[in-house]
Amino acid sequence: MAQLSDLEYLRLSKGAKFGYKLGRFFTGIPKGIGHFFLKIGQGLKKGAMAVGREVSDIVSTFVHGDWKTKLSFFIMGFGSIARGQILRGLLFLLFEIVFIGYMIMSGGYWLSMLPSLGKVGPSKTYNEDLDVFVTTYNDNSFQILLYGVLTIFFILAFIYTWRVNVRQNKMSEMILASGKKLKSGREDLHSIVDDQFHKTLLALPMTGIIIFTMLPILFMILVAFTNYDGTHNGYTNSLFTWVGLDNFNTMFSWTGGAGGTQSYAATFFEVLLWTLIWAFFATFTNYFLGMFVAMAINKKGIKFKKGWRTILVLTIAIPQFISLLYVSKMFAKNGIINGFLLDMGWISEAIDFFGDASRPWLARVTVILINIWIGIPYLMLITTGILMNIPADLYESAKIDGASGWKQYTKITLPYMLFVTGPYLLTSFTGNMNNFNVIYLLTAGAPTNAAASSASGSVGYTDLLITWLFKITTGAESKYYMASVIGILVFVVVALISLIVYNLMPSIKNEEDFR
Amino acid sequence: MSEATAKRHMGLKASRAVTNTAIHVLLIVISIIWLIPFVCIVLQSFRVENSGQVGYVLPKVWGTDNYVNLFQTDFPRWYTNTFIAAIITAILQTVIVLCMSYTLSRFRFKMRQPLMKFMLILGMFPGMLSMIILYRVLKDLGLTQENATPGLILVYVASSGMGYYVSKGFFDTIPMSLDEAARIDGATRAQILYKIILPLSKPIVIYTVLTAFMGPWGDYVFARYIAFGASAGKNVAVGLYDWLSKDQISNNYTMFCAGGVLVALPVTILFMFLQKYYVEGVTGGAVKG
Repeated sequence: MAQLSDLEYLRLSKGAKFGYKLGRFFTGIPKGIGHFFLKIGQGLKKGAMAVGREVSDIVSTFVHGDWKTKLSFFIMGFGSIARGQILRGLLFLLFEIVFIGYMIMSGGYWLSMLPSLGKVGPSKTYNEDLDVFVTTYNDNSFQILLYGVLTIFFILAFIYTWRVNVRQNKMSEMILASGKKLKSGREDLHSIVDDQFHKTLLALPMTGIIIFTMLPILFMILVAFTNYDGTHNGYTNSLFTWVGLDNFNTMFSWTGGAGGTQSYAATFFEVLLWTLIWAFFATFTNYFLGMFVAMAINKKGIKFKKGWRTILVLTIAIPQFISLLYVSKMFAKNGIINGFLLDMGWISEAIDFFGDASRPWLARVTVILINIWIGIPYLMLITTGILMNIPADLYESAKIDGASGWKQYTKITLPYMLFVTGPYLLTSFTGNMNNFNVIYLLTAGAPTNAAASSASGSVGYTDLLITWLFKITTGAESKYYMASVIGILVFVVVALISLIVYNLMPSIKNEEDFR
Repeated sequence: MSEATAKRHMGLKASRAVTNTAIHVLLIVISIIWLIPFVCIVLQSFRVENSGQVGYVLPKVWGTDNYVNLFQTDFPRWYTNTFIAAIITAILQTVIVLCMSYTLSRFRFKMRQPLMKFMLILGMFPGMLSMIILYRVLKDLGLTQENATPGLILVYVASSGMGYYVSKGFFDTIPMSLDEAARIDGATRAQILYKIILPLSKPIVIYTVLTAFMGPWGDYVFARYIAFGASAGKNVAVGLYDWLSKDQISNNYTMFCAGGVLVALPVTILFMFLQKYYVEGVTGGAVKG
């Protein structure tokens, strides 16, 4: 799509403007990809230069440094201790001792096993004295992978600390040469509540995130390249090992399984499509209806404003699993809704909302409708605050100009709301893609999609990628590697959508800046 | 005022009255729809004649049998598990979230931007993925099944730093000049936090405590992984969910309702008292992100 001049662009209608932006975005993709690789190249060059600088700095520190500095290259913290900064020096030294001890005791072993993930599996031997088979457990693939990754991290941390140690020596020399004094241990301790306070505050949260979020995710990314599952759990039954890209090939192969079952790829795209449809409707129905309710309550002349709000807000307090499970049972075949409809004589036969595989859209629409019930109170809260912030004089002047209520909504309220809540809508969309609770507690994925099920675990018509992932890990075969593949794909989809929207958003913002 | 404008004025007034009545009716309908499930669940928890699922709402025989029976099951254990997890998580998570958000809002250091980007990217992975490995690790530590609660607390608290957005949005609104004035007067960074910022941050502290406390009551997936079928380690969500499974629902449906009421009651009462702060937090911080 050719680029338009500013004047031409401004002449377009609103829809055409958006279409133009979207077109420009997609025609810009090849260029963007080129740009991306260029950036990677530049990044690599930059990185290489940075490493070069570091190395030359280290070498020059060694060459020009005094004997204390030189010795610090091998005995970390020696320079600090020799110059009177005993606390600092001891910490460096302690870290080095722990590191070397760990590498000799176990780190070396984990690293050496990492390429194979274990060589000797559990073996059964016949014990003649007891007349039973005794299983001896040998290598543990799971531990090898886990501790192998940890060891690599530890080595990186050591290299970094060593570098800090070297730099500190250089700095100390410079400070002493200029005739100033070094910081004492007491001052060091004081700095952790003062100029280094941010590190103190971040230490605990970041340790938690690294150990309990980053490492597990890294581990699971690696699992996608192994055959780790229920029958290869790496210790008690059979070792698992690297399989390269096999799992990705399985996921994207279009050949179905035995007995006419669907291929993984077909199932994946079916589930992905529903995930996107669900996320779209779940986000926007809640958004617009929540806004509508908020506007209705805010309207001049409505009584008990606080009362209406309180009723809705209180439903947020009740733990979701109770309301979701209860509502899902209300819609069951022998539930209250069917009972009511039958009593009124509106239907002659109970409707199977979540179990009818011949009508998957019934279940899907019902889920979206129930989600409105879940989401409106929250959206009502969020939008109420923003609606009140819209300058009242905008409406006043619109009224004087004779704008109808609908016109005021589309020309003032909506642009303002979209402008303010743009980022929220994005996070809400990706959040809904991963909305495990609503789907799993309402339907657990039902009705079952028979064609898709046997090849790739039990899959239902309302399953999102995230509930599919959960089912795979808890199912009979526990194909953890497939779960990892899905997890990675979820990440790719979420990242892509975020990227696209972020690229479009600034332009949308400017365009709808109505003032 | 001429006669014509007066007439138009009257007309406008009338049409506004009609719209307002319609809106009132609509709000009443909405309130009913939103309250019906909760009214039903309370009513059904008092149903004695049939412990399964039925198509009517009003019990034919009223009684508190379901509540009494609850105490013959593992429900008190699940309730204690959840309550302990909620209390401890509320305290620790608040400390961690406030540390994180305060630092990212107030300090300008080299790693700030990369750190925030790093967490943004990390957040795009489904958190559930990490449960597979965390389960195995916690199992090696002996923190699963019967001992699930400490393990669960660890999992909730450890990664809570990722949820710093709302409170960071709040801290961003406190003027930096306060910090600067205190710095000039010789206060350390830590003193600024304890003596100046925290007293100003009551709403966001309460909001964080409240959401952190409510989280464990509603968590199903992590609790299910870590309890792994052991009844003594379940939390209320997992325990009650299992009562609605195909083979149990005919006996335990009304007990589920009674349990649900008991779970919802304390949280809802707490929420009612702290509602103001919750609304402030959601409207103030959630959108800014």
